[in-house]
Amino acid sequence: MKKLIIAASCALAMASGVAQAQESSSVAEGTEPRHLRIAFDVPYEPFEYKDENGELTGFEVELADAMCEQMNASCQFVIQAWDGMIPGLLARKFDLIMSSMSITPERAERVLFSEPYYNTPGGWFGPESFDTDVTDMEAMEGKTVGVQRGTTMDTYVTEEMGGVVNIKRYTTADDMVLDLEGQRLDVVFVDYPVGEQTVLNKEGFKEVAEPVKLGEGVGVAMRKRDGEIAREVNEALRILKENGTYDAIMEKYFAYDIKM
Amino acid sequence: MPDFIAQWLNQNEIFTTMTLMEYWGGMVTTVQLVFLSLVIGLLVAVPLAILRTVRNPFVSGPVWFYTYIFRGTPLLIQLYIIYYGLAQIEGIQETFWWEIFREPFYPALLAFTLNTAAYTTEIIRGAIVSTPNGEIEAAKAYGMNWFMRMRRIVLPSAARRAVQAYSNEVIFMLHASAIASVVTIVDLTGAARNIYSRFYAPFDAFIFVALLYMLLTFALVFAFRKLENHLLKHQRPLNS
Repeated sequence: MKKLIIAASCALAMASGVAQAQESSSVAEGTEPRHLRIAFDVPYEPFEYKDENGELTGFEVELADAMCEQMNASCQFVIQAWDGMIPGLLARKFDLIMSSMSITPERAERVLFSEPYYNTPGGWFGPESFDTDVTDMEAMEGKTVGVQRGTTMDTYVTEEMGGVVNIKRYTTADDMVLDLEGQRLDVVFVDYPVGEQTVLNKEGFKEVAEPVKLGEGVGVAMRKRDGEIAREVNEALRILKENGTYDAIMEKYFAYDIKM
Repeated sequence: MPDFIAQWLNQNEIFTTMTLMEYWGGMVTTVQLVFLSLVIGLLVAVPLAILRTVRNPFVSGPVWFYTYIFRGTPLLIQLYIIYYGLAQIEGIQETFWWEIFREPFYPALLAFTLNTAAYTTEIIRGAIVSTPNGEIEAAKAYGMNWFMRMRRIVLPSAARRAVQAYSNEVIFMLHASAIASVVTIVDLTGAARNIYSRFYAPFDAFIFVALLYMLLTFALVFAFRKLENHLLKHQRPLNS
């Protein structure tokens, strides 16, 4: 009996969902606040992390808050490890990813991206004693470079320096920094703000080369079928970038420009 | 190469020659790591198991303590402690040890070996203590000394009793080796994770690697069945 009720209510929910979807174009905006679940992978300072009180905060979290308000949506924040980000989105565990996901053609096969909302360069960080020119392939021969698996920095190093350097891929930036400290790595190539927060905070490390602009920037990722939400997200982001809200949030967290 | 395989390779984006080579490299690393840790682990475990059965607590106690520690903590934690912990020791980078522990392979090999040696010690010890008294008494009656008794009676008979439990340990070790990928070793799982993160295709990347692990497991099961048939021949009914 219980199963029957569940099945019936599921069917009903689906039917009403379809009906809503069909109506939504005619219904006036703002009648029913849209409910959205947004996923973050923490900690990824200063984009998303927990403050001393355990509250979720950071650049993207605040931007998400502002975006939800602009869209008149009620939002719920979900913590999800990076490895399961896209699968979780596709499995409908949440509806949006706002966790510094760079737009790449491979990802765009699986998910729908909004317009980019920021872009940070990749930064080269290493010990004070490191004095090799990272763009000089002959000098870099045999060096060990650490990257975070699946990032645009990983793709860049794999494609540009694949046969030359020894690439080590890490799941978290923390593990990578530990190995840089332990001298297992000669140099790391990591998202600039992350390197700034982790490597440069330690004694004896420096930025060893100019930051490299990579990729098309970071966008909100959604399921392919959610074109309607994507349209609203783009609209909200456009307004936030124009009315100064975006700049205000950015200035809280960054000393440099990451706006796109 | 059969046509259908070539066709299938052409049709998909994920299983190109490059990714298949990555899987192959991972397979070689996994087999190396598991094989070496099992062989060294077994060589260490036999003497330890004998010491563990000695009555003197000053001899058996330390061995008991070692197996207790390594069976009482997760292999992942042991690997983290050995891999990251050793690198934190002041000045280790200047000693020759660093030549060995700089690469992730040797810390992982050390962790796996210590872990499997602990389990194997207990398996062999169990088999030794369950040696029928009659066999030992008969050996003594023949005037064999302790060493000869061990070599001719106790260990061969213990090996027969231990082989089934040990085959499980070998298979568990193969599966446990998947955690090597957390310390940047590109073993089978590491290759699958790299390919997964490149193509965002968890099913394809991980199901393929699961099949490879199953292939390895089947090979092990087959080898152990042959070994059991050989060792336990005397237990089979005559007309089979």
